[in-house]
Amino acid sequence: MSTTTIPEKPVAQAPTIGGNVRGYLERVRGGDMGALPAVFGLVVLCTAFAILRPVFLSSINFANLLTQGAAISVIAMGLVFVLLLGEIDLSAGFTSGVCAAVLAVTLTNNGQPWYIAVVAAIVTGVVIGASLGVLVAKLGIPSFVVTLAAFLAFQGLLLILVNEGTNIAIRDQTIIAIENKNLPPTLGWALYIGCVAIYAAVQIVRSGRRARRGLVADPATVIAFRVGLIAVLGGLAVYALNLERSRNALLVSLKGVPIVVPIVLALLILWTFVLRRTAFGRHVYAVGGNAEAARRAGISVDRIRISAFVICSGMASVGGIIAASQASSVDPNTGGSDVLLFAVGAAVIGGTSLFGGKGRVLDAILGGAVVAVINNGMGLMGYSASVKYIVTGSVLLLAAGVDALSRKRAAASGLR
Amino acid sequence: MSPQPVLEIRGLDKSFGPVQVLHDVAFSAFAGEVTALVGDNGAGKSTLVKCLGGIHSIDAGEYIFDGKPVHVASPREAAELGIEIVYQDLALCDNLDIVQNMFLGREKKSGLVLDEATMEEMAAKTLDGLSVRTVKSIRQLVSSLSGGQRQTVAIAKAVLWNSKVVILDEPTAALGVAQTAQVLELVRRLADNGLSVILISHNLNDVFAVSDRIAALYLGRMAAQVKTADVTHSQVVELITSGRSGELGLKNANGVTA
Repeated sequence: MSTTTIPEKPVAQAPTIGGNVRGYLERVRGGDMGALPAVFGLVVLCTAFAILRPVFLSSINFANLLTQGAAISVIAMGLVFVLLLGEIDLSAGFTSGVCAAVLAVTLTNNGQPWYIAVVAAIVTGVVIGASLGVLVAKLGIPSFVVTLAAFLAFQGLLLILVNEGTNIAIRDQTIIAIENKNLPPTLGWALYIGCVAIYAAVQIVRSGRRARRGLVADPATVIAFRVGLIAVLGGLAVYALNLERSRNALLVSLKGVPIVVPIVLALLILWTFVLRRTAFGRHVYAVGGNAEAARRAGISVDRIRISAFVICSGMASVGGIIAASQASSVDPNTGGSDVLLFAVGAAVIGGTSLFGGKGRVLDAILGGAVVAVINNGMGLMGYSASVKYIVTGSVLLLAAGVDALSRKRAAASGLR
Repeated sequence: MSPQPVLEIRGLDKSFGPVQVLHDVAFSAFAGEVTALVGDNGAGKSTLVKCLGGIHSIDAGEYIFDGKPVHVASPREAAELGIEIVYQDLALCDNLDIVQNMFLGREKKSGLVLDEATMEEMAAKTLDGLSVRTVKSIRQLVSSLSGGQRQTVAIAKAVLWNSKVVILDEPTAALGVAQTAQVLELVRRLADNGLSVILISHNLNDVFAVSDRIAALYLGRMAAQVKTADVTHSQVVELITSGRSGELGLKNANGVTA
């Protein structure tokens, strides 16, 4: 029990670099690992694959990694909202498939322009999410059952949409460009500089404002470290992606940041903002932490639940659009087989708790990166699909184990 | 002390179906005082408090707040009058920090964005006003707090909104000796700051330590409401267990056997 009496006003401790680091270590030891296992896993996996198969580090493979992981990461970002409430959406994979099929039918069979098809796909996702949410929140059916039923039903719906198993090709250049075209190198750099500058500005302005009001603000060194880290990692990534990736550069030049990367980044920033800076996001955490307390505080718990399912299915539809772009077609397997499990795995591996109340949108990206690296690296090593499935399954189990153990540990140390 | 009670109940009846839980209860709470509500299990303490907080409707009787008759139909209306209840289970979110919990459901915003700076300032001011010095940082997660600290946060949350009456349901029930002392000190300070505090407790030591008045319920009737200074420990025990103690309490004819 930390009832240590300190004479000062009960504001946050004066922040120092040492203090920040110590606080972080204390949290980790206390069982709040956050994204640490995912980052650690990424480093280990990347090092291992880089040593065993040097081609893993090539610029073309890096670009492949990003495009392969994009759809799953986007679906996982949506799943984070549902997981934060302690619920689950098992139908997210086939929701993305159904939305991709709606996109393909609108584009190819009905000949509509791409923007109408995209809107149709996203509206489909939102409607699906709203129905799931109402069934869970208003009727009180466990989300596991509702979404398991939806998982089966959407599989059938997808078959109907693609006429019992045909493959609908997508020829619209805008949709295909999402996964298969790149930004011009200069635009990539401009975007990079813009992002780092805005991030730095936001951090500095916020810290300055808090300091002026006499509140605890992050010290300049910590801000410099954060901005520096983002600048270095982002710079390396943009540099690598701007290298020539084509085998025969004279015939076709292939370089630049894949178009899907800024799309995923924009979604990451949007949902991180919603979760961390708006009352809605705060209420999502509150409902996940203690639904009864949230209800007594006057929060409409049902409304939050339904919104989370709408966001999840809406993001699944975006994931479906990306998957359709990647394959340039939609078939009965789009969003099927391992997509959902990889997406849930991505969120959990990234550090989102299956018990609710803990998690970030960034977790989905980090976890998605782990899943993509395993898939990609094992493929380069020449392992078959069977081994990939077993390894990914083991990693998911490991991540869920870490989550459960850290909860136990946190309970023992009074952190939860 | 103050001539007019902040909150007054007269002739309150409350039944659940055929069971009458409260009979003709009168109760008043004064600003700047701690009024202890005591009674055995099933005496009607919780029901009375829920009637005050607008969770239960009242069947008959007058509810007077600040000298004006009012009708409190929901917890929200009670909160608008300035009545806050801190329940025994505290209703805090473990995964949020102290500031986030204190403002839960009533967040300050500038536009769409949460105004964290203002919330942090207000929370710090409130905790400071209660002379709370036991928390390291107001950005600590509630999960890392001890029982007494949680109770403190729950009370501070109730005080934050310029409330006039704070009702505490067994605030020391789950606490150790040192933490109980801390919370009782806080309860006393609330009253000294001019609030009216209603303290439900089973622990007579606590009651005698902080309260100005004692209201004893016996089988759904108000046995007596007396000044703490005028009664002894054993008299209160008698009031709780048999509804009367010498001159005090219910008259036999008036249905102690109800």
